[in-house]
Amino acid sequence: MRSSLYYKAKKISENIIIHLFMLTVSVTCLFPLLWMISSSLKTQETIFKDMSIIPKVLHFENYCQAWMQGGFDRYFLNSLFYTVSVVIGIIIVSSMAAYAFSRLKFPGKNIIFFVFIAAMMIPIQGSFVALYVLLNKLHLRNTPFGYILCMINVGLSTSIFLLKTFFDRMPKELEDAARIDGCSKFGIWWHVCLPLAKPVLAVVVVLNALNVWNEFILALLIFDSRPLMPLQVALITFQGEFVTRYPLLMAGLTISIIPIILLYILMQKYIVKGVTQGAVVG
Amino acid sequence: MRSFGFRILAIIFCGFCIVGCAPAEKNKAATTLTVWHWMTDRGPAFNELAKKYEAKTGIKVNFELYAPSDAYSQKVRAAAQGANLPDIFGILGEKRDFASFIKANYVLELTPYMLEDKAKWKNSFFAKALAVNEFNEGNSYGIKPGIYGAPIDIMTIQMVYNKSLFKQLGLNSNQPPQTFQDFLDIGKKIKAANMQGLVSGWGEIWMIDCLANNYAFNIMGKDKVIATIKGQVPYTDPDWVRVLSLFKEMQDSGLLASGIVTMVNKTAEQLFANEKAVFAFNGSWCVNVYKGMNPNLEYGAFLPPRASNKYPMAIWGGAGSSFMVNCRSKNKEEAVKFLRWLTEAPQQVYLAEATNNLPANKESSNLVPDVTASFAKAMDNATHPNVWGVSEFSPVIEAFDKGIQSIIIGEKTPEQVAQEVQKVKEREMAKKRV
Amino acid sequence: MKLKATLENYIFVLPATIIFAVFYIIPFISVFQLSFFDWDGILPTKIFVGLNNFKEVITDKVWWQAVWQSGYITLIALTFQNAIAFLLAWACDREIRMKNFYRLIFFIPPVLSEVVVGLVWQWILNGNYGILNYWLAQFGMANLAHNWLSDPNTALTTVAIVHCWKGFGWGFLLFLAGLQTIPRELYEAARVDGANAWNSFKNVTIPLMMPVVVLVAILTILGTMQVFVLIYTMTGGGPGYHTEVPVLRILASMRGSSRFGYACAQGITFGVILCMISFVQYMVNRKSRA
Repeated sequence: MRSSLYYKAKKISENIIIHLFMLTVSVTCLFPLLWMISSSLKTQETIFKDMSIIPKVLHFENYCQAWMQGGFDRYFLNSLFYTVSVVIGIIIVSSMAAYAFSRLKFPGKNIIFFVFIAAMMIPIQGSFVALYVLLNKLHLRNTPFGYILCMINVGLSTSIFLLKTFFDRMPKELEDAARIDGCSKFGIWWHVCLPLAKPVLAVVVVLNALNVWNEFILALLIFDSRPLMPLQVALITFQGEFVTRYPLLMAGLTISIIPIILLYILMQKYIVKGVTQGAVVG
Repeated sequence: MRSFGFRILAIIFCGFCIVGCAPAEKNKAATTLTVWHWMTDRGPAFNELAKKYEAKTGIKVNFELYAPSDAYSQKVRAAAQGANLPDIFGILGEKRDFASFIKANYVLELTPYMLEDKAKWKNSFFAKALAVNEFNEGNSYGIKPGIYGAPIDIMTIQMVYNKSLFKQLGLNSNQPPQTFQDFLDIGKKIKAANMQGLVSGWGEIWMIDCLANNYAFNIMGKDKVIATIKGQVPYTDPDWVRVLSLFKEMQDSGLLASGIVTMVNKTAEQLFANEKAVFAFNGSWCVNVYKGMNPNLEYGAFLPPRASNKYPMAIWGGAGSSFMVNCRSKNKEEAVKFLRWLTEAPQQVYLAEATNNLPANKESSNLVPDVTASFAKAMDNATHPNVWGVSEFSPVIEAFDKGIQSIIIGEKTPEQVAQEVQKVKEREMAKKRV
Repeated sequence: MKLKATLENYIFVLPATIIFAVFYIIPFISVFQLSFFDWDGILPTKIFVGLNNFKEVITDKVWWQAVWQSGYITLIALTFQNAIAFLLAWACDREIRMKNFYRLIFFIPPVLSEVVVGLVWQWILNGNYGILNYWLAQFGMANLAHNWLSDPNTALTTVAIVHCWKGFGWGFLLFLAGLQTIPRELYEAARVDGANAWNSFKNVTIPLMMPVVVLVAILTILGTMQVFVLIYTMTGGGPGYHTEVPVLRILASMRGSSRFGYACAQGITFGVILCMISFVQYMVNRKSRA
């Protein structure tokens, strides 16, 4: 009796400590978000003068203005299109490669894998001009396809690395069972490996989606025509050379993080539950 | 169970494939001029002008905006490699980069057009604004003398002070400091009153360079500055050490706001606009910024207080931004015509009004408001590295400016910095150059 | 038959390899070539200078200071950031209240734009009216208050901590995904065997999480060594050279000085340094596992 009370008390105090720690971290994470949202509801005059989190007058029209002046309806769809295409591309291409690196045997496997990993280490800033000249020669400059391929390439190394690490940890028994059932390699990859890797696939999706969603340097380089540009380019118009229109910028930024947060919430389901399901099946 | 989210994504994807792949090209009936620029603030005004021009001549002008300026400058360089430059573009960077674009045969020489009709076009500009785009006889870059670009606005960089904070300090709010000693004395008062003094974007090193150069001109005169760049005078010269020690004196007197060494200019503007700093060192664009953040701000502009009576005080100024014509473009004649129209007085007034920049066209400059006018007047004292005919090596500039940051944080003495800068200078001089 | 199987295996890596070869290897080769030239990025003519660019990189004191500083930030990220990320993930993996809320919140910093992060943190850290100094004064530690970003003694650490704050969400996410793949039965079994929380953490969680820890460590090293946007918006590399990092130096050579060849040489030197670090890490890891 006493011992169960003791354990209960211990457990409660443990939880209190954990919650305190997590709440402190949460506050630091939430504060900038709240600041951004509250700033998006102020005016250029009050944004650095009125430091309250809830401003007296709420200027919701900033959102309308940001949407209209930034031409968001066009760029938002563009960004959505690029993000979805790149993420799907990366998932397919990198999971195939990671599966091969993890499970299949072929000459030169290690060399190819190490080249991919080494690629993560060289800063890409220097290669922009070379990339531009190359795209120009391939007639891919100023095309969505060229941009998508480039962005797939940007996310490839990290994704392969991530997926391979998780594939390596997966139990081989399920695959063996599938092979005995007469599944082809592609079948195993598609029906066994991918479903089992849902948590890490979800991480890869979020990582790459965020990456593409926030990208603009490469887009500015590749695209000449404004109608092809992604959303971030619209946000930059609010950060002028001299005048930054902070409320509009903050409103635009708030709008722009919503899809990523939604995606994250959607994907979290897989990160958290995915494997328990797989384990039950096994 | 196949993932439901994946299926949604696939449907969205297919939908966009249809929408996204629709051709973005427009039908090209008449001549279309394409202009590349980085001036975010001026996008709407440019588009308005393009509409007017199309109504007048039937020629469509596409202003394409690529911002921020770093990305723009990469884009222009990359496009030059692929020979994809538009009809009209701007070049960001030092005069040396401009010269390279000319050498690589990307920039049309505008001299003949400028001199047409008794030099009508040329004379419409402030000479100093045009000088930024000019290469003189015997320039060190080996460029054929001439004019290679048309300025669309001008800018000057000088000091501004907050009048109401001046009153709080018990100072005459119409009398900004004249001499460096006055300036330092005010610094002491600011420190005593526990206020913040000078703010400026000294985290972006070019703004430090700017003030240091102003004082270099004031202390040793233009000729000696240029002789230094040419390598004939060392940076260890007492005059240069004096320039560096001015920054130490400013810091010691309490004149510099805390954190100035890592401050970006936008933060500095925010602080000054919200009356949190007494002085700011800023460019003429600040009028626009302050107006947006605090329309009631009472402030005035003045030249940096002189540290010596030997030579006149100089400030940086000249063309703010300029446009060049691509000499490989098949529409170059049309492009020149458009630029000429763009720099005519009515269009310049429109641009100045819509964007609060100082117009490059002389005839339109008497139409601007009060503080702006004092920035425009300061053109008389203006100079700019791009008109000196020689450029300092960028590693030297960096060592100099970062050195000043080190002086301000009390890490190095002016003498040490002078020696280090001289070392970098000698290293760069020893290299073989193109 | 064997040949067919091998060819089939190659098909798996083919798409990745093609994209990679075209969009990475080809530009990389031209970067490599450029590193032997003096070129301003504009002129059609390039001057061959042999190994001079590399010699200059190797003798450039500021460059090595930048490398060291990014190493310092990385060290803080490896220990501090990842420890916090692991603890948070571990806590979120347990049955505790509001864990969905926490999971959502911890991912906010990575999503936020650098502009917002820069503005907010500059405001928090400002010397005159920053919140941090205000709190320090409230708690009677006013003597600690100073300008965090422009004091050379604290600038780098401050930047490093903000970087960790911005990045811990990724580590958290990966650790969480890793923890989720540990079958619950193992914990149950440990509990039945009479193991307390610490023992099951030590004997079940840690060994099973090792590959993920290594993965996060490598990604942290690569991500942090190449950090620059945040530093650029917060300090621009100043005061002096106190927060310079390699990528900022590369950008300075490219944009500021128009020295493309030199920038390429810097990039390649940096890549080699990172490869060496990863190789050492790989060997250490293999040894410890063996």
